[in-house]
Amino acid sequence: MTLPMEMETQRQFQVDLGNLMAFNPHHSFPPQPSSRDELVAECLQKGTELVQAIADRLFNLPSTEDVDGPLVKLPSPTTRLPREKHLPKPKPPTKWELFAQKKGIKNRKKDKIAYDEQTGSWKRTYGYDHANDEDNVPIIEAKMTDEPGEDPFAKRRENKKKKIEKQEKNQLKNLKQAAKVGGLPSHVQLAATTLPITGSQAATKKVNKDELGNVAGLAATATASGGKFDKKLPGEKPPKHEGKYRKFLPVAEGTGIGSQEKEQTQRVLNKLISENSHEILNVNKAITMYNVKKEKKRSNLKGKASPTPSKLKPQNKSLKKSSKKGSFSKGKAKGN
Amino acid sequence: MLQVKTPKSHKARRELEKRAPKLVETGKKTLILHGTKTSSVLNAILTEIFHLKKGSAIKYSRKNENIKPFESGGETDLEYFSQKTDCSIFVYGSHSKKRPENLVIGRTYDHHIYDLVEVGVQNFKSMESFMCDKKLSPRVGSKPFIAFVGEGFETVEELKHLKEVLIDLLHGEVVENLNLAGLDHAYVCSAVSSNKVFLTHCALRMKRSGTIVPRMELVEVGPSMDLVVRRHRLPNESLRKEAMKTSREKPKKKEKNVVQDAVQGKYGKIYIPDQKLGDMALPNKAKGVKRERREAKVKNEGNEPASKKKKEGSG
Repeated sequence: MTLPMEMETQRQFQVDLGNLMAFNPHHSFPPQPSSRDELVAECLQKGTELVQAIADRLFNLPSTEDVDGPLVKLPSPTTRLPREKHLPKPKPPTKWELFAQKKGIKNRKKDKIAYDEQTGSWKRTYGYDHANDEDNVPIIEAKMTDEPGEDPFAKRRENKKKKIEKQEKNQLKNLKQAAKVGGLPSHVQLAATTLPITGSQAATKKVNKDELGNVAGLAATATASGGKFDKKLPGEKPPKHEGKYRKFLPVAEGTGIGSQEKEQTQRVLNKLISENSHEILNVNKAITMYNVKKEKKRSNLKGKASPTPSKLKPQNKSLKKSSKKGSFSKGKAKGN
Repeated sequence: MLQVKTPKSHKARRELEKRAPKLVETGKKTLILHGTKTSSVLNAILTEIFHLKKGSAIKYSRKNENIKPFESGGETDLEYFSQKTDCSIFVYGSHSKKRPENLVIGRTYDHHIYDLVEVGVQNFKSMESFMCDKKLSPRVGSKPFIAFVGEGFETVEELKHLKEVLIDLLHGEVVENLNLAGLDHAYVCSAVSSNKVFLTHCALRMKRSGTIVPRMELVEVGPSMDLVVRRHRLPNESLRKEAMKTSREKPKKKEKNVVQDAVQGKYGKIYIPDQKLGDMALPNKAKGVKRERREAKVKNEGNEPASKKKKEGSG
């Protein structure tokens, strides 16, 4: 009697061999269990039944003997679980691949080594010291079209550089396209670099740690209290110049101190005076004054030669006098 | 301005390739972490889950202030950790007055929260409290049996959800070939009432039954606990559809040493290792092959007499 019963129950179990999982949806536990131990025992008993049901199926699968034990090929799981990440997206074709497809261009394989005509030996097709390297020729024959004063070697080097730059640009464009679709190869990342400041071509230089620290220090001390009462950030160092730069000396004279402030200011004054003592005469000004005088003298002479109205004469004189006086006073001021 | 960044070392490249989305996924990693406050019970649970999942789990031991999985804005840290550790299941423990011994189990899809189940833990019994043979203790990485008992898992929506999450958490790696000798543990989950699930971890004892199928016996080895379902959040339908996608095609393995020829058809190269005839063991040692005693004597004359002399001297 028990055997058919077991068979029946087994049929009712949902078994997922791929996950080694079984589910008995028909058993219901009493709403008020008598005791914890009983409940646990019941669970274990039901669990054993289920595990047995899985094992029945599992051990009847065709197995292959291995050193460590029988190996069984599991079917794929039937309970569907969500993926961890999206399905991999295919890489979109590059611009060249599209073009080649349109034109029917097919890739053909090149040998890894090629015959080098220059040296008469076999060399690698690409890379360092490769065969038939046009840029590695000792002599370039002059052509009629050559411009004089131009280095053909430098020109070739520059051309190569340009070619590489162009290729890099194209590559980046293709990668950007791939990134848009999400089909970027797993090992490539497109990282944003700092943007150049508008108006300049070069990207801004990355600020290093010390520079940042200096700026942070300046910002921290730019308060009325010099950052004295501000909250310190974790890892913030104390400012390098702590305290005041200027020292105020006592104005009132005390015993033994003397008049320090007076001395200090006098020292500064003396220094200034002694520095400028040798050039009391402002040469530039003197020259201009001399020139002006000369001009006026010449014009006066002209005036004497030509008949001029007598009304202007006294006016001229008065002007001369005033200018002379001004210059004198200025000179005096300088001297002091 | 964009800059192409590629790994500098081959190791880094391999690491990135491991993290790349795959056609067929085999296993998910679990991140175990806790909030600002945890009780000793919760600490024990988290460490024991970590032990059970060893090899495919990462445990964080610092407090996390900003993680509140159910609240908007509280998942940013979690998503960041998921990205950082490449884990797609997380178990988050927290303890508060409102929700004591709280455990949030959730999954992520593309490093964004996919679904969440919150359970309270009661009647926890740790591994140490079970007295059992050390022989029985499950090995790291072996595939467990999972048994679900009770109609609650089919009728109550929360439990149905919890069942799916528990399968994902416990089922281990998806494998194609399984060694039957390596089966050694099982999880039994039973829906005791409409919101309570009794979860226990058992070791397997296989007994002879006279047929190919051994008789299974379960021995509780712990941990065991009651999970009371509190809150849960199902994934939204479009995300679910997206996450359930599978591909028909299998990842192709590169075919090596096989060439298609127009005239000869398919032909391949076979590499045979060098035959080491000298090291080969002979099936039986015929008389002719054996060394002659006399020969051996002559060969060993240099050192053997010395030992003999010694013996004589002592005797």
